[in-house]
Amino acid sequence: MAEQTLVRPARIVEAIPFWQRRSVRRAATTIFATTVATIGAVVIMIPLLWMISTSLKTKFTALQLPPQWIPRPAHWENYPDALTFLPFHLFFRNTIMYATLTAFGETLSCSLVAYGFARLRAPGKNVLFLIVLGTLMLPYQVTMIPQYVLFKFLGWIDTWKPLIVPTFFGSAYLIFLLRQFYMSIHQDIVDAARIDGCSYFDIWWRIFLPLSRPALTAVALLSFMYHWNDYLGPLIYLSTTEKLPVSVGLANFTAAYGGTPWHWLMAASVTAVAPLVVIFFFMQRYFIQGIVITGVKG
Amino acid sequence: MSLNSLAFKVIPKGKLARREALWFYIFISPWIIGFLVFTLYPIIASAYFSLTIYDIVRPPRWTGAGNYIELIQDKLFWQSLKVTFYYTFLAVPLTTVAALSLAQLLNQRVPFLGVFRTIYYLPSIVTGVAVALLWQWILNPEFGLVNYLLYAVFGIRGPGWFFDKAWAIPSYVLMSLWGLGAPLIIYLAALQNVPTELYEAAELDGAGPWKRFRHITIPMISPVILFNVIVGIIGSFQVFTQIYVITNGRGGPNYASLVYVLYLFQNAFRNFRMGYASAQAWILFWVIFGLTILALRVSRGHVYYESPGDNI
Repeated sequence: MAEQTLVRPARIVEAIPFWQRRSVRRAATTIFATTVATIGAVVIMIPLLWMISTSLKTKFTALQLPPQWIPRPAHWENYPDALTFLPFHLFFRNTIMYATLTAFGETLSCSLVAYGFARLRAPGKNVLFLIVLGTLMLPYQVTMIPQYVLFKFLGWIDTWKPLIVPTFFGSAYLIFLLRQFYMSIHQDIVDAARIDGCSYFDIWWRIFLPLSRPALTAVALLSFMYHWNDYLGPLIYLSTTEKLPVSVGLANFTAAYGGTPWHWLMAASVTAVAPLVVIFFFMQRYFIQGIVITGVKG
Repeated sequence: MSLNSLAFKVIPKGKLARREALWFYIFISPWIIGFLVFTLYPIIASAYFSLTIYDIVRPPRWTGAGNYIELIQDKLFWQSLKVTFYYTFLAVPLTTVAALSLAQLLNQRVPFLGVFRTIYYLPSIVTGVAVALLWQWILNPEFGLVNYLLYAVFGIRGPGWFFDKAWAIPSYVLMSLWGLGAPLIIYLAALQNVPTELYEAAELDGAGPWKRFRHITIPMISPVILFNVIVGIIGSFQVFTQIYVITNGRGGPNYASLVYVLYLFQNAFRNFRMGYASAQAWILFWVIFGLTILALRVSRGHVYYESPGDNI
């Protein structure tokens, strides 16, 4: 029996012309898809490679056409030169401080709030959660001006406080993301912990935080990345050069130089994005998970 | 089961329930405080400011609908609205089609999928000022890489890109397309969630690749497409950083890239017309709200939800 069923389909395959065979068509599709995907990947990478290439040229060879893809000699001194032209060591210190504190604040506050929304029952919960979702649609520009007036009244202009303090009160998007994750944790574990006498705080601290480490990492990374790149906030609130983050410092480069030194600008840009790229390479699993949780399960 | 008995089952009564509710409010208290101080108060204040003339230094002076009437007559306001609509309706469909096609392509048993995913996502990590500077350099009319390649390979004289009135917005769209990695990853995950039995059944019924894509893939991932389109519209309407950096905050040439938020920013923080800018912010809110509702309406009947109760 077994032999017969094995032989029969083989005869049918012989009868079908070579190019119409399923395995052949599948292989052809894969080869085509891989080719197009490779071309796409090269196109995507060219701007980044071009940024690195320009950062190693001189002011004049940067403008040379046809361009030199691999600059010889490589002018590594562009990096110290560009980064000392403006006080980038201060900008980096500020950005690291800003991105770290805000990522910490948002992860902490959002994990508390998301736990409440995901696992505790209370009157008014659904209405409050609809408000959370509603604020997702509210453009920052609506609240931007009264917030500025409020912080001016508090004397917080030209300090980092208006940019850091609000992050300790949660962000709708990240609350939503973490809630989705917390909903998937099994109730059995929670019930067992309740029977063992755990308080709700204990359950959050001893069960939800350890079990959701990947989701918390994703939230912290998304928050860190967002604030590392943030430009509008610092642009509105900060004016003293020593207090600026990398993003604003980078944007001010051209004006400070009085012209566009592309080789230096690219060197400074590479330095500004390198930490994020390195973090991404080591943590991409979490990045991708974080994006997918909101997008697919949303 | 009646709604009443259901409610009784879900919400336990008594001391324990009150305790749980108390803990709920303790846990969400950061959000409640933040919402009251940084969202609700600003919303009310902003609505009030939009009806006043306010420069921060002097107290607000009531003007009623004055700001809104002035906006209707403000040529730059209409220009900023036009530019933003143009940008959105170019960027969102192009990004959606490109990201979806690439995701579908990567879903064809492509080897080294992880490597491709990493490369495509990389530009989404690098956002903001550095990307603006990079593209300003790449699209430089004289020394930029793109115009050089256009000339060297095709013999075409490339346009002035950011410096050309007609090409300014398409240049920003091109730049935004570079960041299609984020929607791409979401689409790819959605495609991988489509049950393979559906494709196998359709193939047995004689459906070709296009029919399978059109009648299985698209309906199955339609909620994800809708989500991405709405997020894309909201994001595109708030585009700011790239244009501010590249045009030095002016939205040039000749206001060709004066997007909505840029004009709002100019009024608020350059001219200190906080009331006028607040009115702009409210109009922005209603435009985004209207477009979201429109997207939901248009998609109704075209979007397939697996479990009807799970649409939030």
